[in-house]
Amino acid sequence: MSFLEIIAFIVPNALFYAAPLIFTGLGTVFTERSGVTNIGAEGLMQIGAFTAIVFNLAMADVLSSMTLWVAILVAMVVSMIFSLLLAVASVTFRADQIVTGVAINFLALGLTLFLVKKLFDGHGQTPMIQERILRFDIPYLSEIPIIGPIFFENVYLTSYLAILAAIIGWIVLYKTPFGLRLRSVGEHPMAADTMGIKVNRMRYIGVMISGALAGIGGAIYAQSISLDYSHATISGQGFMAIAAMIFGKWNPLGMMGAAIFFGFAQSLSTVGSSLPIIEDIPSVYLFILPYVLTILAIAGFIGKSEAPKALNIPYVKGNR
Amino acid sequence: MKKRTWFLMTLLLSLGLVLAACGGGDDEGSKSGDNGDGDSEDKFSVAMVTDVGGVDDKSFNQSAWEGIQEFGKDNGLEKGDGGYDYLQSKSDADYTTNINKLIRRGFDLIFGIGYLFEKPMGEIADQRPDSQFAIVDGVVDKPNVASILFKDHEGAFLAGVVAGLFTETNKIGFVGGMEIPVIERFESGFRAGVQSVNPDAEVQINYTGAFDKAELGKAAANQMYSSGVDIIFHAAGATGNGVFNEAKEIKQKDPDANVWVIGVDRDQYDEGAVTVDGKEYNVTLTSSLKLVSVGVKDVSERTMNGNFPGGETIEYGLKEGGVGIADSRGVLSEDILAAVDEWTDKIVNGEVVVPQTYDELEAFSAE
Repeated sequence: MSFLEIIAFIVPNALFYAAPLIFTGLGTVFTERSGVTNIGAEGLMQIGAFTAIVFNLAMADVLSSMTLWVAILVAMVVSMIFSLLLAVASVTFRADQIVTGVAINFLALGLTLFLVKKLFDGHGQTPMIQERILRFDIPYLSEIPIIGPIFFENVYLTSYLAILAAIIGWIVLYKTPFGLRLRSVGEHPMAADTMGIKVNRMRYIGVMISGALAGIGGAIYAQSISLDYSHATISGQGFMAIAAMIFGKWNPLGMMGAAIFFGFAQSLSTVGSSLPIIEDIPSVYLFILPYVLTILAIAGFIGKSEAPKALNIPYVKGNR
Repeated sequence: MKKRTWFLMTLLLSLGLVLAACGGGDDEGSKSGDNGDGDSEDKFSVAMVTDVGGVDDKSFNQSAWEGIQEFGKDNGLEKGDGGYDYLQSKSDADYTTNINKLIRRGFDLIFGIGYLFEKPMGEIADQRPDSQFAIVDGVVDKPNVASILFKDHEGAFLAGVVAGLFTETNKIGFVGGMEIPVIERFESGFRAGVQSVNPDAEVQINYTGAFDKAELGKAAANQMYSSGVDIIFHAAGATGNGVFNEAKEIKQKDPDANVWVIGVDRDQYDEGAVTVDGKEYNVTLTSSLKLVSVGVKDVSERTMNGNFPGGETIEYGLKEGGVGIADSRGVLSEDILAAVDEWTDKIVNGEVVVPQTYDELEAFSAE
């Protein structure tokens, strides 16, 4: 493989792998910015992946090529409704947010596998879907020399939607009144309350945004990579998304950078055997690279990452 | 207020646990009822524990389960206690628990499916000297464990013969799961097969390091196909689904693309099906078959007849009908099929010894 070919392989591949992480990570940025810890991202992704696969299998004949996108929307809605559990328990009833999140993860895995067994007569995994997210060349742009093959040839639409979503997320969070309110609720809820912002309502919205985006993330993963749903479909991606969020210092763009970085490490381990220098490194080091980088990142090697101040603290009106 | 919170939390957590439990072993609850206490005690009963792949992994777990089902049907057994059954493992931590569960439910012979059972089965075999075990794809040197191995390398060799003769670009790919002895056998046999019929062909090797990460298989296949490989043989379990996914995607973009996958362990023809503009295509060239069902059935029968091969290691190869390759549905020419038959004969009558390690492969290519 020539150098250009290698780059043209790594970049789309890294973006492809990063897309579900970006969506889910963006969701967690929103919840945590509103002051609710979201350990349940993994579970919400599972709900999204499961819903998308089941919907896709059931409706592929009727909707044909539209199935994918409708499935993503349905997954988004179902996942958002499911995330209300987290909101009700941790915002209204002020339960411990970490424990609630863990409960969400257990519940999601158990519930989806139980339903798979019920729906597909006792099987532990669903059949494979036929309508799936496909690669395409972007017309005109892919003909640009050098940049074309790297960024616009053999790409997935979802990669670009994810990047777009992260940018929109950043604008919403930092450039709109809504974003300011959401952040203020996460930093100093009492001050926000005195200014007439409904703290709990904002937190509900934060959690539901997270549910919706994690649902999209799970749906994209299932429909582009695994093509079926089983216990192993979502195994750790939700936590990788949370890691990306911390790595990116609770900023949508930083989170996106971190997610793409994880994707990059992942593709490097695949293509590494055909690169000079890297081919001499034992493959096991390349396999663990994304995880080691995550640990280093979280251990504070990238500078202090500061969480929203009121994170993990339920808001009680009038308490000081 | 506080109390209510805890109540809600407890409710959530316990609901999760209950559902998780239902998902895992719903057969236990539904089946134990229809088995009276005494009526099936004299019948021979057999059960298996899957590895994390699950009982419909479209691979060796499924094949083993098919063998047990067949055995059950032949001998008039029913699914459940006192007949035949399986337990699915969700993680590596479940192996010991699941084996113990089956012992307590009184099964006469318990299979552990997969190399990963070596350690847990070795430990339990010591603790339960009166129980009879069998392990597929691994060796446990205990008097009450029968070890079943397959000469995967012989099936892989035939796959290599097919790939070597069928390739147009003279570039062939191999995607492996983990670098463990079982997969080394596949790789060595496959490469030997390619070399025997087409010494000019280059075989690219990629180990993904996992059996359950489809995205890694997909990336590996993407890299190989874009560097000119036209046939990929995968020995990577669910990671191999990614290889199929990639090949199908290429086919969908360009139906004339010359991309093929050789499946593993069972006939993976269904995995290769792809529809482009209403026309059906298939990317599966053939599959190297490992008939785990043959071995499982054979050991079950021997044990039922009182000849439990405890402490022995039994190998099933081309000769015993334990491995082979699948029907290609007319893709392969008569010439290639004739060549496959010729090499099969050579292996069966001992003229060719297929290498199963890297060292043997080197010696083989030196000849």
